Amino acid sequence: MTNSDTPNKVLPNDSVGLVQAKSTQFDRELALDCGRNLPSFHLTYETYGKLNHDHSNAILICHALSGDHHAAGYHSIEDRKPGWWESAIGPGKPIDSNKFYIVCPNNLGSCKGSSGPNTINPESGKIYGPDFPIITVSDWVRSQAHLANYLGIDQWAAVIGGSLGGMQVLQWAIDQPDRLRHAIIIAAAPKLSTQNIAFNEVARQAIMSDPEFHNGRYYDHNVVPRRGLMLARMLGHITYLSDDAMRAKFGRELREGKLNFGFDVDFQIESYLRYQGKSFVDRFDANTYLLMTKALDYYDPASEHNNDLAQAMRSAKAKFLVISFTSDWRFSPARSEEIVHALLDEKKDVTYAEVEANHGHDAFLMPIPTYTEILTAYMQRVANEVKA
Amino acid sequence: MNLRTDLQIISDWIKPSTSVLDLGCGKGELLYYLQQQHQVTGYGLEIAEENITSCIQSGVNVIQLDLDGGLADFKDNSFDYVVMAHTLQAVRHPEQLLQEMLRIGKEGIVTFPNFGHWRGRLHLFLHGSMPVTRALPNSWYNTPNIHLCTIRDFEKLCHEQGIHILQRSVVNHAHRHSLGARILPNLLGEIAIYHFCKK
Repeated sequence: MTNSDTPNKVLPNDSVGLVQAKSTQFDRELALDCGRNLPSFHLTYETYGKLNHDHSNAILICHALSGDHHAAGYHSIEDRKPGWWESAIGPGKPIDSNKFYIVCPNNLGSCKGSSGPNTINPESGKIYGPDFPIITVSDWVRSQAHLANYLGIDQWAAVIGGSLGGMQVLQWAIDQPDRLRHAIIIAAAPKLSTQNIAFNEVARQAIMSDPEFHNGRYYDHNVVPRRGLMLARMLGHITYLSDDAMRAKFGRELREGKLNFGFDVDFQIESYLRYQGKSFVDRFDANTYLLMTKALDYYDPASEHNNDLAQAMRSAKAKFLVISFTSDWRFSPARSEEIVHALLDEKKDVTYAEVEANHGHDAFLMPIPTYTEILTAYMQRVANEVKA
Repeated sequence: MNLRTDLQIISDWIKPSTSVLDLGCGKGELLYYLQQQHQVTGYGLEIAEENITSCIQSGVNVIQLDLDGGLADFKDNSFDYVVMAHTLQAVRHPEQLLQEMLRIGKEGIVTFPNFGHWRGRLHLFLHGSMPVTRALPNSWYNTPNIHLCTIRDFEKLCHEQGIHILQRSVVNHAHRHSLGARILPNLLGEIAIYHFCKK
């Protein structure tokens, strides 16, 4: 897509430019891990670049907890911010839209266009709300495989994702071994730690104990559990940053230059967290937050293989790139190394890099030079293989 | 393709279609060569970020890892060869790493600069200061080499540790053979290359 019809503001040259979301309806039943079915579903997604003649240059991008299908580019010329992974996707960027056909779907259960709690249940004609079934990472893979079929993609050149997105990549490699050449797993873990689950539970309790939650039927009451969702996001945000990154950005800087001896905002970090929490409420849905954190908690591919991750990886055929970040304490390098060691035990093709970065878990979204170089080098390899 | 001569000697010792773990693999030249020429599979372990990128570019599987952190996560006898070129002298526990090499691999290959070479001996004798030579170009305070040894030291360690030396090659700094290094290796050899297994 081009920005030739945009006289006022010029979008950066290394951006995919103006993009539009697409949506596809699947009139078929999707069996879910929880035992329930979605009678039909739709997926919203964006694509960047062109599919080549033998359909070999397609890349699937899996989004993380609060992400969506808008991974790169701008929806309008007035957009202040581009897609969430603008640092990595675009012409000349590591995931190069001049070479690859890049697809980023919105996960089932999301609140940004794909079937989820805030869409209509075709069986009842009413909004799903809390009745939307619990979705697992495997369910996402299954739904994305249908999207691949629809787009005419037999095999992805690579499936790429960070955090919860990285878990989807891992599951793709396990569930659909023939349908991806490369699996790129960034800042992820093979399952959550007890501490991770504990954080998620506090976030969910914050939402569910909000008086305006109404057991998830807040849409019927024309309210949203703002305070709960805001708290959940504030907590999450703390865990995505590192101590160093927060200190570097805010220190103990005071908002008004003095202590107020009250419980209003004194420190800049407080003001920042409140802002992040509030703006999140405007763009995210509480039921989706509950669903996504549960999908994270439940994720554990080894559990179906005697708790042996290596055994779970046995069927995988992809070549793997695993990347972690030194200051990520939510999904520390040691968690990525669990994946790497399982792959080594099974003699899979795997490359692992631990990138020095002080940004915490959020590092995977940042244009950190070493990280960019590693991803670029690897994607060049992928491009050479598929002659992209 | 031109391969550094010490790596050429190592690759001659490695049988085709085997598996290799290369400790401190650098830019992955050896593994790349072995993959292309000998259908070898394997991984390189490396700590430096710039080398990781080079390995990725040449399609070598590389794992970023600090060898001083140990290799406990690698299974017993999971590789045919474990190679360590010009790294032994830079690790914290070389004696443990040698044992680890033979736990993980069926055979081991190491290369290291021979501290017993006459230039170093002469330098220390004449100047009374740590030698800086072609094979050991750093000053004592900024060298990555913290456990330098001579050919005699290494063979003594192998003997004590029950390591059986299969092959030895001693070459000059350009990794070329010479008659002198063959006759008086510990005095005239600059680089030592060993191929060994468990006794």
